[in-house]
Amino acid sequence: MLIAPLVVFLAVFMLWPLWIMISLAIRDDEVSEVLPRTAAALADWNGEGIPGSAAGQALADDLRGAERTRLGPAVRRLNSDISGFRTLMARTQRAADDVTDGAPIDLVAVDERWGETRYWRAIANAVQPYTDRYLLAAVDLERDPDGAIASMPEGASANAAIIVRTFTIAGTVTAICVMIGLPYAMLIAATGGWVRNALLLSVLLPLWTSLLVRTTAWVILLQNEGLVNAAITGLGLSDTPLSLIFNRTGVVIAMTHVLLPFMVLPIFSVVNAIPRNLMPAAASLGAPPLRAFYRVLLPLSMPGVLAGSLLVFMVAIGYYITPALVGGADDQMVASVIAFFALETANWGMAGALGLILLAATTILFIVYGRLSRSGAPIGA
Amino acid sequence: MGISGSSSFLAAVAIITGLSSGVAAARDLTVVSWGGNYQDVQREIYFEPFSEQNETPILEESWNGGYGVLAAQMQGGAPSWDVIQVEAEELELGCFDGIYETIDWEMMGGEDQFFDSTVSECGVGAIVWSTVLAYDGDRLDAEIDGWEDFWDIETYPGSRGLRRGPKLTLEIALMADGVPPEDVYDTLRTDEGVDRAFAKLDEIKNDIVWWEAGAQPLQLLASGELAMTAAYSGRIFAANETEDRNFEVVWNGSIYAVDSWVVLSGSPNKDAAMEFIRFASLAENQAKMPPEIPYGMSNVDVSNMLSDDVLEQLPTAPANLEGALETDVNFWVDNVEELTGRFNAWLAQ
Amino acid sequence: MSASLIRFENVSKAFGSTVVIDDLNLDVRKGEFLTLLGPSGSGKTTTLLMLAGFEAPSGGTILVDGKRIDDLPAHRRGMGVVFQNYALFPHLTVAQNVAFPLQMRGVPRGEIARRVDAALDRVQLRHLSSRKPSQLSGGQQQRVALTRCLVFEPKVILMDEPLSALDKQLRERLQLEIRELYRREGLTVVFVTHDQSEALTMSDRIAVFNRGAIAQIGTPADIYDRPANRFVSEFIGETNLLEAEVTGRGDDHLDLALEGGPGIRVPGRCEDRAVAVSIRPERLVLDAPELDNHLDATVDDVVYQGNHLRIHLSCGPLRLVAQSERRIEPPVVGRKVRVSFAAEDCTVLTE
Ligand SMILES: Nc1ncnc2c1ncn2[C@@H]1O[C@H](COP(=O)(O)OP(=O)(O)O)[C@@H](O)[C@H]1O
Ligand SMILES: [Mg+2]
Repeated sequence: MLIAPLVVFLAVFMLWPLWIMISLAIRDDEVSEVLPRTAAALADWNGEGIPGSAAGQALADDLRGAERTRLGPAVRRLNSDISGFRTLMARTQRAADDVTDGAPIDLVAVDERWGETRYWRAIANAVQPYTDRYLLAAVDLERDPDGAIASMPEGASANAAIIVRTFTIAGTVTAICVMIGLPYAMLIAATGGWVRNALLLSVLLPLWTSLLVRTTAWVILLQNEGLVNAAITGLGLSDTPLSLIFNRTGVVIAMTHVLLPFMVLPIFSVVNAIPRNLMPAAASLGAPPLRAFYRVLLPLSMPGVLAGSLLVFMVAIGYYITPALVGGADDQMVASVIAFFALETANWGMAGALGLILLAATTILFIVYGRLSRSGAPIGA
Repeated sequence: MGISGSSSFLAAVAIITGLSSGVAAARDLTVVSWGGNYQDVQREIYFEPFSEQNETPILEESWNGGYGVLAAQMQGGAPSWDVIQVEAEELELGCFDGIYETIDWEMMGGEDQFFDSTVSECGVGAIVWSTVLAYDGDRLDAEIDGWEDFWDIETYPGSRGLRRGPKLTLEIALMADGVPPEDVYDTLRTDEGVDRAFAKLDEIKNDIVWWEAGAQPLQLLASGELAMTAAYSGRIFAANETEDRNFEVVWNGSIYAVDSWVVLSGSPNKDAAMEFIRFASLAENQAKMPPEIPYGMSNVDVSNMLSDDVLEQLPTAPANLEGALETDVNFWVDNVEELTGRFNAWLAQ
Repeated sequence: MSASLIRFENVSKAFGSTVVIDDLNLDVRKGEFLTLLGPSGSGKTTTLLMLAGFEAPSGGTILVDGKRIDDLPAHRRGMGVVFQNYALFPHLTVAQNVAFPLQMRGVPRGEIARRVDAALDRVQLRHLSSRKPSQLSGGQQQRVALTRCLVFEPKVILMDEPLSALDKQLRERLQLEIRELYRREGLTVVFVTHDQSEALTMSDRIAVFNRGAIAQIGTPADIYDRPANRFVSEFIGETNLLEAEVTGRGDDHLDLALEGGPGIRVPGRCEDRAVAVSIRPERLVLDAPELDNHLDATVDDVVYQGNHLRIHLSCGPLRLVAQSERRIEPPVVGRKVRVSFAAEDCTVLTE
């Protein structure tokens, strides 16, 4: 009985978005829906040269009757294949409106681009119901004219590099969060009263601060004439100011700051639940403090470290505003590319494909996490 | 699961569908703009007076732009917005897609009442805003003429701020390379032109700090992190005014664009929405904006109502339009995906 | 046997301004089973923790083999500690837990394996050696904790209420097991409990704690038969504690008037006027004219308790409990009876 809400929740918030994302990434029906006659006319075209005049006429007929709200997405889809297709279609539609249904039309006269094979081939490719172009493009691949998978030309896209970079940044942030968060969480667990509250509060604070305020604060602290550099040069540690912001360092610092609570809280809750007498027990059995830490406290904290790392990593790969605000030229993360396609160009296919890659990475991590935490399972039992 | 299980399942479904369908019911005229200071001024000069005069409550929202947001709203069935201020790209894309109501220009006072570039089938221009070269007059005591000087790191050392993305950046690079404003888009429409722009960018790649939010370049200028930057003109004068800055603006090579009011098609408040746009397009109402934030206005009569001090800060002032470039929306709508991919790859190199 | 292994000299401990241990002097003899017994909050754990090195005394000193150990950190004191909740390492198997102290001492691998197996054999737990602690019953966990302590042959084993989490039957069995181990291995044990019957069962000596100080220390018989003060007499076992006034003093006896009038004679001397007399219930006998003291009483209630009877009596304002074997004819409720007891079974308490 209690299962029902859970099932609904899982369906609505997990499976449904997953399905949407997959179908966005592989479905390709915008063009075939608005250009059915063209699709039929191109069905037995061999992909060489220019298709016969029947295809041009079918296209004109399709465009003439096309519903604008459906034509728009179709045209954007074609334009994302060949830049400029949009204005070509707009011009062609205007020309088609001037001729009556079924009357012959000379498209090359309307726009000479119709004399190029690649425009027709783009339509022919786009009328297939499913496509792998988005998934391929998400990792800088495409199909060459022969249909074989090939790399995109050099300098055309950097999605693969951005994905790798995203994982690198997320991994670095996670590692630093572990290094700071683990001792910090243990410190919190070891204290009590107002000290504990103050420590907890100060790590939670960034969660309650607006993103802009937080980033502005980092800029003020880390810029060349900022407080940190003033301190460094003032103390004579360096003659020239260090570049701490608008580069990877700034991104990692700022992200670590925000994500630290996601590391500290799980570790704290695990460490806090470790019986207090285990460390004294280890000491009484002859373990010096450091060895007791490595043999007892650290392994027992690992479930918290794992959960925290998973959390931090998963949140981190979705970041884009912070890296955009404090990062340098090559600190853009994949979420900003997704946002570009989803928000700016309404290219759901690309957004879905890139999202799917993040999702796949997350899923793999989750499985690894499941394995790792199960191997240490009896702790809780 | 049993009987009670399936009934709680139905209840959950009912709640979820109820939540999404409840929104479609009759609602107040909903106006969406860019938020922040700008929307505060709009509230004062458009929303509240209109509300009072017509006894129509206005529900305000704000957004950050992006055609995807509008497309998603329309795909969701009944959109919850009526009047939206959009950028030129969203106007162009949405107009093609037929998601906006057609404008009755007679009702707005006739097309002649407005600057050419602010008139279109689906939207009424609201403001003209411009991206300019800016620097801190307190730190840099020099006569800066345009983007050529922006590239001259030797004479004017220090970092340069540009907006992250190909738009504006490529135009600026070409102008810095000596392409006159009127030839910029023709050049960019060729592969060689794009290569030329990126090659020009290569020259100062390591000196560029890429900004994303409009407030950033001014902060960085103020702190001395940047020696020169591209920035939105309206914000610069606002900073000079309120924060007592001495930022200088170079209008030569500035790039301007128009934001427009649109009405989402199928809006249940269509008449009120159009009436609102008419109200917000009257010269006497528009004239209240530039003294607060110096944007150019669409109504041609506005300039007669402004003092010279205000006028000279506007992108639409004749002197400022000299050597200025209007964003070519069609170029960007056609090419933004390809050039963004290329821009990202260039950044990653 | 009587050589002192551990000595507390004027040890005190305060947390902030609260004094928890006040001027404690205590000897633990080599090879003895010493129990610290007292109500909760009386300072037993604190005493143990100071000995184990987890708390530093605020004053005084602790000596082991005549050497001060104040500066010795816990991990170098070589004392085995069995904690209340066993404190087994949940991420290690039984064998790994038992191996832990040996690893810390750098014992070679092969020898560790041998000693762990042998130690687990002795408590019949070898078949569980690859289990995790969470897969063991409470009693098994307790035995593992004990084994983990014994395996490194510590000078002394400290146990803080090791059995209090177990049910009664298991507790009694483990009491015997621990006792048996103690004897077989020739251990020195300092054992903490608040359960007086556990203390009486297991100990060679008992130190009764009251509010941070030792109220009495001695063998179980000493403590039971000759409590030094009211606190001990009431805390250990059951007793009839009667308020009395001294009416006469002999060379080696006192004449006392109990509340309500009746006079009795008890051995001992004292200067005070008001005293208390403790008489154990099993020392009160019905109809035994040969004994020294007699009281006329009424039977209020008779309760069967398996192997013995408890007889509730009233004698004027006095309420008494007598305990007798089942063999006697049970007295009838409401009947007048004569209660007798020997003078030497009375303990006069002044404190
Ligand atoms: N860390 C501490 N801080 C303050 N008071 C403590 C602390 N530990 C114990 N006490 C107090 O000392 C007294 C004795 O405690 P404890 O030695 O644990 O008693 P026992 O083990 O006999 O029950 C109690 O009143 C307890 O509240
Ligand atoms: Mg205790």
